[in-house]
Amino acid sequence: MTEKLVVVGAGMASGRMLEHLFEADPGAFDVTLFGAEPRGNYNRIMLSPVLAGEKTYEEIVTHDAGWYAANNVDCRFGGTVTRIDRKAKLIVSGDRETPYDKLVVATGSAPFIIPVAGRDLPGVMAFRDLDDVNAMVAAAGKPNARAVVIGGGLLGLEAAAALRSRGMEVVVLHLMGHLMERQLDPAAGYLLQKELEGRGIKIHCKAQTKAVLGDSHAEAVLLEDGTIYPADIVVMAVGIRPETRIAVDAGLYVERGIVVNDQMVSSDPDILAIGECVEHENICYGLVAPLYDMAKVAARTLVKQDAAFRPVETATQLKVTGVSLYSAGDFADGDDREEIVLRDASAGIYKRLVLKENRILGAVLYGETADGSWFFDMLKKGTDVAEMRDTLIFGQAYQGGGQLDPMAAVAALPDDAEICGCNGVCKGKIVGTITEKGLTTLDAVRAHTKASNSCGTCTGLVEQLMRLTLGDTYNPAAVQPMCGCTDLGHDDVRRLIKAKGLKTIPAVMQELEWKTSCGCAKCRPALNYYLVADWPDEYADDYQSRFVNERVHANIQKDGTYSVVPRMWGGVTSSKELRAIADVVDKFNIPTVKVTGGQRIDMLGIQKEDLPAVWADLGKAGFVSGHAYAKGLRTVKTCVGSDWCRFGTQDSTGLGIRIEKFMWGSWTPAKVKMAVSGCPRNCAEATCKDVGVICVDSGFEIHFAGAAGLDIKGTEVLGLVRSEDEALEHIVALVQMYREQGRYLERIYKWAKRVGIEEIRRQIMEDADKRKAYFDRFVFSQKFAQVDPWSERVSGKDKHEFKPMAELGFPQAAE
Amino acid sequence: MSDWIEIGRLDDIPQRGARCVNTPIGRIAVFRTATDDVYAIEDRCPHRGGPLSQGIVHGAEVTCPLHNWVFSLETGLAQGADEGAVRTFALKRDGSRIFMDATMMMAIAAE
Repeated sequence: MTEKLVVVGAGMASGRMLEHLFEADPGAFDVTLFGAEPRGNYNRIMLSPVLAGEKTYEEIVTHDAGWYAANNVDCRFGGTVTRIDRKAKLIVSGDRETPYDKLVVATGSAPFIIPVAGRDLPGVMAFRDLDDVNAMVAAAGKPNARAVVIGGGLLGLEAAAALRSRGMEVVVLHLMGHLMERQLDPAAGYLLQKELEGRGIKIHCKAQTKAVLGDSHAEAVLLEDGTIYPADIVVMAVGIRPETRIAVDAGLYVERGIVVNDQMVSSDPDILAIGECVEHENICYGLVAPLYDMAKVAARTLVKQDAAFRPVETATQLKVTGVSLYSAGDFADGDDREEIVLRDASAGIYKRLVLKENRILGAVLYGETADGSWFFDMLKKGTDVAEMRDTLIFGQAYQGGGQLDPMAAVAALPDDAEICGCNGVCKGKIVGTITEKGLTTLDAVRAHTKASNSCGTCTGLVEQLMRLTLGDTYNPAAVQPMCGCTDLGHDDVRRLIKAKGLKTIPAVMQELEWKTSCGCAKCRPALNYYLVADWPDEYADDYQSRFVNERVHANIQKDGTYSVVPRMWGGVTSSKELRAIADVVDKFNIPTVKVTGGQRIDMLGIQKEDLPAVWADLGKAGFVSGHAYAKGLRTVKTCVGSDWCRFGTQDSTGLGIRIEKFMWGSWTPAKVKMAVSGCPRNCAEATCKDVGVICVDSGFEIHFAGAAGLDIKGTEVLGLVRSEDEALEHIVALVQMYREQGRYLERIYKWAKRVGIEEIRRQIMEDADKRKAYFDRFVFSQKFAQVDPWSERVSGKDKHEFKPMAELGFPQAAE
Repeated sequence: MSDWIEIGRLDDIPQRGARCVNTPIGRIAVFRTATDDVYAIEDRCPHRGGPLSQGIVHGAEVTCPLHNWVFSLETGLAQGADEGAVRTFALKRDGSRIFMDATMMMAIAAE
């Protein structure tokens, strides 16, 4: 008699298994197939294109009624299997019993619904089967319909893109810091986010969903941070869990999934399990390739042929039309691992291979994925890639040749990209003029276009454009790269950040083709400063890219303790302030108290854990951070001026305090120290400062570009102004010009030497419009910068910085 | 033989950052990279004793805040032209929970 085979679950794994089974031995079993959906097997992977309207359901059906009939499969679709009776070897569905000799459980997986209030409201759905797709398509048909997709993984993004293409307003909420974090590194996540945002999809990362709001139907999603997104439908695509209910009820061995051996046999020798409901060697699979392997093995096991399932590497591709993305293997950083990164900003390409001992461990490809399967093939085979290492990243077609064009980033700029900010000259104008006038030297280009003719920070870019236009006949002076992560110099990077509107560190690294995935300790703080300076309102300061002093707002000392310098405006203090400092010194046993060169009091030797408490006490006395640790405005030193001094010509103390109160909190390329002296006797030593003022009877002489450190240099005179107001405006404009043009860690005197004293004088003293514009930009930036970092931390910001993660004693021996 | 002690959760540590664990053998720095790998090394640069936990984390490396020596978080070896090493401690993760192997700590304490 023919044996009876019952299959529970009519999905892709069981469909494939039946194909193999009928191929191996068509008459071996009488097959009964149960499926929860009222339809046969279809290609579930292609649901996204169906949702997007690019395919129809009919096109993705893999087994139609004719196929089931031809193979004598008794189909029971649309019913629920209630239980398995292992003793009687039959399965119960409703009031019907079906006996089996062999049973295959292929119940797949169920979508994970996050346990928040409102999850049961109509309008909240998963993205799992055709019914879900139909519900979403119906919702998208209404005018101005809005969808919130929870989950920025593979499935969620496919749903989001499809719904957007149907005209819905779509918001994606993602718990983690970047999209598809299990498949992508942050750089590729950035590109993907940019692409999706370009399609009008709003992406909200680090979003903790608190509740789905609505009375009788989902109306909105509320986040923990209070954000509310209105929604007609809420699609939950946060993950899946193996559907194991009937296996658990039947007493089969189930962990996360139904546990099977290499032959796909469960703890009951007559019951096999395959697909997403299965756990094999502690792994549950959700991608189709291993499920097809399982199907093959199960079919062979059923007809008593040898076969064994082995864990497999899996690769992922996102099925969103117009987005090419491929990820495979393990792409975490590691010291014994090397990475090869290729970025092509103009084409939006990012490729990263992770190698260990000349073998590919992982691959992330974005923008161009044609070589994905080639890399994946070598990954699986463990191919030694030593021979082709140098050209590996360029792909299969490039083996044996190919060199990257270092000028690709400049070549890709549009003609209207502004190259010279001082004179407003765009790329098209420069290239056009070079060709028209037959220019061959930088000076000629400067003379004809005015580009690179003022501050000179765009010189590198202008030279690259000349090279691009004139070919190898033009050989620009070598630019010192920022660090080993890039070939671009600081000035090029600064100009390109503005020209291309780059507003995050991953954006800069991608668009400017960084050679490392995460930068280094040299470029990260520099990029962080450039972004803070250029986009004060939009850029979110990256504390992990700041040097420790600026991260914890104190100065690290050689023994790992810190020193704290409260701000004393203009160097003036009072008995109340001094008493508060004395109390703090006693309370925290601070070993050293010292007066600094900038007329402040420095408390040295404070333990890091004590910093917030020290700041809390100082804050109560009215102190704020003195920023003695910052690449920013440090101190304005003053003398007593006309208040007390018999020689004083102006209120130098008052002006110093005014400047300091106006400018504190601003970040600059390197530290900025100032001074105001009340007469040319110069007791505040203003003529060796970054910016100094010498008060005279007729007004205020503004000085700048002095140095009294590694180099000693007297200041240059910027000019004489009549009033305090004018003095402030000129000083602020000067510092803003330096903030916009200086290279990270370049002091004002070095910047001035590079740009030219005359040029600075021309822009600040003679060009009133320019001066006003610099002034206004500084004032705008201060709106975001003037927050006392100490009181923020006393209120709990960055708590983790100041506490150990754990305190361990020696473990007790086990009894 | 390993002896795993729970020291905290992944979310306790900022990405590209570090936290410290105080132990009887001194401070141990626990790092989390941009790709969410975790590493533990002694929090003391062999050059001048700088607290490595306070450095900038890039890839699976950290740059010492005092004099910019760079160390591999995985091997503890100084990178580039500098020569030296810090001790590394084995970690394991179970979901978001992080455990440290205490056997090495005990061995050092017994020295």
